[in-house]
Order: sequence, then C-alpha cells, then structure tokens
Amino acid sequence: MKKRDIFIGLSLAIILAIFSFLASSSPDGLERVAEDKNFVERTTAIIKSPIPDYLFPGVNNEKLAGSLAGIAGVLIVFVLGTALARLLKERNETRLY
Amino acid sequence: MHIPDGFLSPPVFISGWALALISLGYALKKTKKVLKEKMIPLMGVMAAFIFSAQMLNFPVLGGTSGHLLGGILASVTLGPYAGCIVLSLVLIVQCLIFQDGGLTALGANILNMAVVGTIVSYYIYALFRRNIFKKDMLAAVFIASWFSVVLASTFCALELAISGTSPLRIVLPVMVFVHIFIGIGEAIITTLVLGFILKVRPDLVRG
Repeated sequence: MKKRDIFIGLSLAIILAIFSFLASSSPDGLERVAEDKNFVERTTAIIKSPIPDYLFPGVNNEKLAGSLAGIAGVLIVFVLGTALARLLKERNETRLY
Repeated sequence: MHIPDGFLSPPVFISGWALALISLGYALKKTKKVLKEKMIPLMGVMAAFIFSAQMLNFPVLGGTSGHLLGGILASVTLGPYAGCIVLSLVLIVQCLIFQDGGLTALGANILNMAVVGTIVSYYIYALFRRNIFKKDMLAAVFIASWFSVVLASTFCALELAISGTSPLRIVLPVMVFVHIFIGIGEAIITTLVLGFILKVRPDLVRG
C-alpha cells in the first residue's frame, strides 16, 4: 500500500466518523430484542470507559462530541492495527533468520 | 450486536473467553506466517474503516437499526485470520474505550463477530466462490456477508439462551428475524465497498 492509499483510506474513515451523528439512534438488533423480551434491565457495566457511548466527555454539543469520539476511535484502531501488524511481521522475520 | 455485561452467565462468558483466546492465538500464528509488507498499513486502515462504519447505524424495520459488522470486508481483503485480528482489535477498543460491549462478554463478542462472523463466514464465501459464483466474486461476497450477520446473531441468541437470559424458542427466532434484515444492509454495504476497491485497487482483494 502506498502512502497515498493509506491517506485516502484513513481520510475516508475519519469523514465517516465525523458524520456519525447522522446515524440512526434507534436501538440495534440485540438492544431491540432485549427491550421487547424484557431482559434489557440486566445490562450492567463492570468497567468505566473513558469515552462512553461514543460521546467525547466535556463536550456539550452532542454532534461534536460524537464526531470527536469517532475520530479518536479511528486514530486509535489505525495506530494499534498498524503497530500490531508491524510487530507480527518483525517477530516472524526474527524467527526466520 | 455487542453483548453488554449482565446478559451472559459466568459459565457462558468464561467459555466465550476461552474459545476467543484459542481462536485469536491461532489467528495470530497464521497471520504471522502469511503477513506481507503491503498488508501492514492495510490492517490499520481496515480497522479504522470498520470502526467508523460500525458507528453508522442504518434504520431497519420500525424503530430498529443495524450497522456494518465488516467480517467479510476484512476477510476478503486481508484473509480470514488477519481479518479476525482486525475485527477483534475493533471490538477490544469499542469495549475498553467506548463502553460498547461488556468486558465479561468481550470473549463471546469476539467469538460471534470476529470468529463466526469473519473466519467461518470467509469459508462460506470461499465455498460459494468456488462452487457457485465462479465468475461473479461480488455475488459470493453478497451472500457470505448476509450469512455472517445471521450466523453471528444465531450464536449470540444461543449464548443468551444457555445463560438463561431468555428462552431459546423466544430469543432465537427474534434475533435471527431482525438480523435477516440487518444482514441485507451488511450485504449491500460490503458489496459496494468491495466493488469499489476492486475497481481502484484490485490487488488488495482476494479472488
């Protein structure tokens, strides 16, 4: 993959993240079933996440908070994904030589 | 269909974790062997794209939404094992940073979406591609994408039923029913995106 392709792919992901506030806010398939079949109240959370529910904390405008959360997530998974792939590649090469 | 904490019983979520870890270990081993230089940034870009696409819920039926899962998108570009790793990475970040999917249920979520929805579904893709759609790759992509969502939802329903959260005869049909429709969304989006990649960078797609 060329630098240009990485840039285009990553930009596209960021644009999607920015416009995430346009997404349907209806419950998803599992949430819907949990509501209809009366087990949604069992929902708990054993850890506290830094950016809960895709809303960047401390930002009052909900659309902006959603976009910022999305951009943060895109960058985090991009860096982790690339780093993990690089690590796997290097470890494989060290073993070979 | 990210399962939160509280829906699965300890025996079910512990089994989910065990199966997820075994699968991930195997996927890492397989990926290490076949990883090519050009796949390194593609794994990052694919994780980024799937993460953002998963935020974009589209409406299905009345008052319900669905979003891309991305298992076939990842596996047809990266292969089933690197695809599984990318999906797992997205699920781990969603759980730890965005409170989407519970920590106890993370193993089950990886099992449903990154193993069944990605590795198993890739082999459904390969089966259709080799035997039925020899000349039309995107038709195999469409069908396998639909199956990936329906199969993942079936596993999710089974886990909920074994956990005693909802009886099988109730939770299985309703979960599968709603995901039959979400799966159509998955199939359309995956086919469009892979069709686009096929046009601009055919070398990134596995025949």
